[in-house]
Amino acid sequence: MSTETPAETGAQTPALELVDLRVEIDYGHREDIVDGIAFSVAAGEVLSLVGESGSGKTTIGLAVLGHTRRGARITSGEVRIEGRDILSLPPLERQRLRGRLVSYVPQDPAAALNPALRIETQLEETLSSHGFGSSDDRRARIAETLAEVLLPGDSAFLHRYPHQLSGGQQQRVALAMAFANRPRVIVLDEPTTGLDVTTQAHVLETVRALCAAHGVAAVYVSHDLAVVATLASRVAVMYGGRLVELGPTGTLFQVAAHPYTRRLVEAIPELSGQHALVGIPGTAPRPGQRPAGCFFEPRCTFAVARCRAEFPPVDQVAPGHEVRCWERDRVLADSLAARPQAVPLPDVSADRSLVLVQEIDAAHGPRQVLFGVGVVVRPHECVALVGESGSGKTTLARCIAGLHSNYDGEISFRGRPLPPGARTRDPETRREIQYVFQSPYSSLNPRKSIGQIIGQPLRLFFDLGGREVRSRTAEVLETVQLSASVVERFPHHLSGGERQRVAIARALVANPQLLICDEVTSALDVSVQAAIVDLLADLQRELGLGLLFVTHNLALIRTIAHEVVVMSNGRIVERGLVDDVLDRPQAEYTKKLLSDTPSLEAAIAASRV
Amino acid sequence: MTDVALEAAALALEDTQRRPWRVLFAAAWSQHRTKIGLGITALLVGTAIVGQFVTPYPPDQGVANQLPFAPPSSDVWLGTDTLGRDVFSRFLAGGLSVLVLSGIATALGMVLGVAVGLVAAYSRGKLDDVLMRSMDVLLSLPQIVFALVLAATVGPELWLLVVAVGVTTMPRAARVTRGAAVEVVERDFVRAAEAIGLPRRRILFSEVLPNISSPLIVETTLRMSFNVAVVAGLSFLGFGLQPPAADWGLMINENKNGLTLQPWPVLLPVIAIALLTIGTSLIGDGLSRAAIGIERGRTSRG
Repeated sequence: MSTETPAETGAQTPALELVDLRVEIDYGHREDIVDGIAFSVAAGEVLSLVGESGSGKTTIGLAVLGHTRRGARITSGEVRIEGRDILSLPPLERQRLRGRLVSYVPQDPAAALNPALRIETQLEETLSSHGFGSSDDRRARIAETLAEVLLPGDSAFLHRYPHQLSGGQQQRVALAMAFANRPRVIVLDEPTTGLDVTTQAHVLETVRALCAAHGVAAVYVSHDLAVVATLASRVAVMYGGRLVELGPTGTLFQVAAHPYTRRLVEAIPELSGQHALVGIPGTAPRPGQRPAGCFFEPRCTFAVARCRAEFPPVDQVAPGHEVRCWERDRVLADSLAARPQAVPLPDVSADRSLVLVQEIDAAHGPRQVLFGVGVVVRPHECVALVGESGSGKTTLARCIAGLHSNYDGEISFRGRPLPPGARTRDPETRREIQYVFQSPYSSLNPRKSIGQIIGQPLRLFFDLGGREVRSRTAEVLETVQLSASVVERFPHHLSGGERQRVAIARALVANPQLLICDEVTSALDVSVQAAIVDLLADLQRELGLGLLFVTHNLALIRTIAHEVVVMSNGRIVERGLVDDVLDRPQAEYTKKLLSDTPSLEAAIAASRV
Repeated sequence: MTDVALEAAALALEDTQRRPWRVLFAAAWSQHRTKIGLGITALLVGTAIVGQFVTPYPPDQGVANQLPFAPPSSDVWLGTDTLGRDVFSRFLAGGLSVLVLSGIATALGMVLGVAVGLVAAYSRGKLDDVLMRSMDVLLSLPQIVFALVLAATVGPELWLLVVAVGVTTMPRAARVTRGAAVEVVERDFVRAAEAIGLPRRRILFSEVLPNISSPLIVETTLRMSFNVAVVAGLSFLGFGLQPPAADWGLMINENKNGLTLQPWPVLLPVIAIALLTIGTSLIGDGLSRAAIGIERGRTSRG
């Protein structure tokens, strides 16, 4: 997709320009990962590359550096930096450009920093390896860049090792390393994914300020559209290794011309919670499994016969706004229509409690992590437990589930005291409290088929025969909207969202009274997250489950929870009805959390002004 | 096969195959080393099993009209040994004992070691320390010396040889098992099994064990190849089968004095033992490369 540079930067050469880029991987036969990629980024501009996992966004991010993952190869196209095609350079020379002309900030800063070297040594190396000035010059530059990323430049800090820094500080050091040589182009690969919202907000602000100050063209790879909306001026949407839409951020999020972009926007949870959260059914096609026509056609509600036959060409909607969709006029007409409204939550009878946690203190070894925390979940009620990492929310959830037994205080379940530790509880209680883990990549045994995984609690709790197990498994798979054929498959055959559905199914077959969901969507893509939250809300309504929904994302809770408990540093700082807390927060901490949560609505509102 | 191609092949297999261990064997089979190793091993195992039924002469009796250390001739293809018995017949009949004894010893050592390693990895804390440090103590005893001490106190019994080799295999197996299992027991599916109250034994054997099958399969083949040499060595020293039985280790011992006169009764079992060790090692090597390839492919796909 070719594009004109935004009008304000004029006719000068863009800092970064990709021309018809194609990257292939060798699976025994060659398949393209991405193809026909073209866009340009002006100096000082932030362009965001968004899409689901496996859409090829990281591949493009690396290709900008003239690099690929093992087994992959750039087979055609150009990567022009300030007009010069770096792919035509010999490998050694291309390598010398990295870090100087173009640099990279990876997703996991801990992996980017050498754990055995002091911060100073790493920064010094970044500069000296590109022959930057004298040692005095370098020292001055290090102090300057550290100040820019808001880190202390004193010698005590410079002498620390990466593990002595927090996640946010590590990411700032990675940013400092990337900006130290004043590159023309910088690629940021989801640099805030592992960070808390407060830290994330600060890092994003730093990125924006640095790019503007030094006129750096930035490619920001992300799947979080709310983050993108606050940061990028233009957005490129990837699907199945193709650029499907490219345009100014505000336009794309309000009047998307591609059905996929529209579905992505609808999948973003909003703090205001006016709209229903809608996931995208189905999964994105992997290389080698893509359909013949438009890759999005199998999941598209606008699809017509032509979509099955031919991949749509690049089509200009307006200057600077391009799309690849046959039916873009219908999509555009439709995207002006109202989004589906949120379904109101059912009322809860407030008399008795399902689980009652009274003033518990808990510790991990010698370190106390919970200080006098109390929570009540009533039958049929969903309580959200919100806090940043280290707030103790997972520990509290694990105390209730019997996975953390080192606590003082009392937890009672349906009026009876609950002994600490799952092994000391009776089987009936173990059945009635079910837990869904954060990462479905780790919570399902990779060596067991889905049928075995779901069958295990059935056999253990109900002592059922093979036929009964099979029919119950089929029922529960239908409840979580998975096809019955997955029983034969293994976890690695499924996508992240499908795995999380299996994990939820495993909890549901036990017929629980209380379902504890520990950050169940944080390892998933936004579109999948929406579908999972939607599913949980439906289940809670239909089955009348008590639900303890642990999350760090305040925007998620409006659509699912009645009450919210906000935790910080092992203490509860605020609690109340969701609408009250989100609309009229009392505690300073909650206010801060709310203002740091990236919001699409706020960003769009700001872009309108 | 190059690394990248191996990873890609392993990936493609993972998508089509149901059983993970089949992927391991298929990826191992795609390498020449595994095929060669399997070929060599199959040849020798076949010889050892079938050989005793097709000996040209009774292996434990002298051949009529043949002197001791007679050179190869049309009657006795590879000559005779120190007592005038047919070398080829003794070679054909003498492999089974080495193979069976080292097989049982390896199985015993792996079963004990896997059990100890699993319990240590899952329990952590004091029990882990006690178990693994006692494994270290066993590990510090050389296999041969340990077997000699046992044999000297109890006498040359076959079951004792198996126990001695098995027990000294155990600490190595326990270390590998613990090393692999320590990471697995931290994963959430083990927490999930605990939360529903699955008995510990079943957590270890049905949840954790299948996840470390690759390193254990590799370790079994490597221990087997090591134990073949140890068992042959012990029977060379006289702690295995007793004369006049036919046994590769024993053959080397009985005929070593006539090496210059008639090298075959020594050379033939030596070559056989060496090939058996090389063959099983090659299989182990192929399997371990395949396991690494699958792991890399999985992580690079992310």
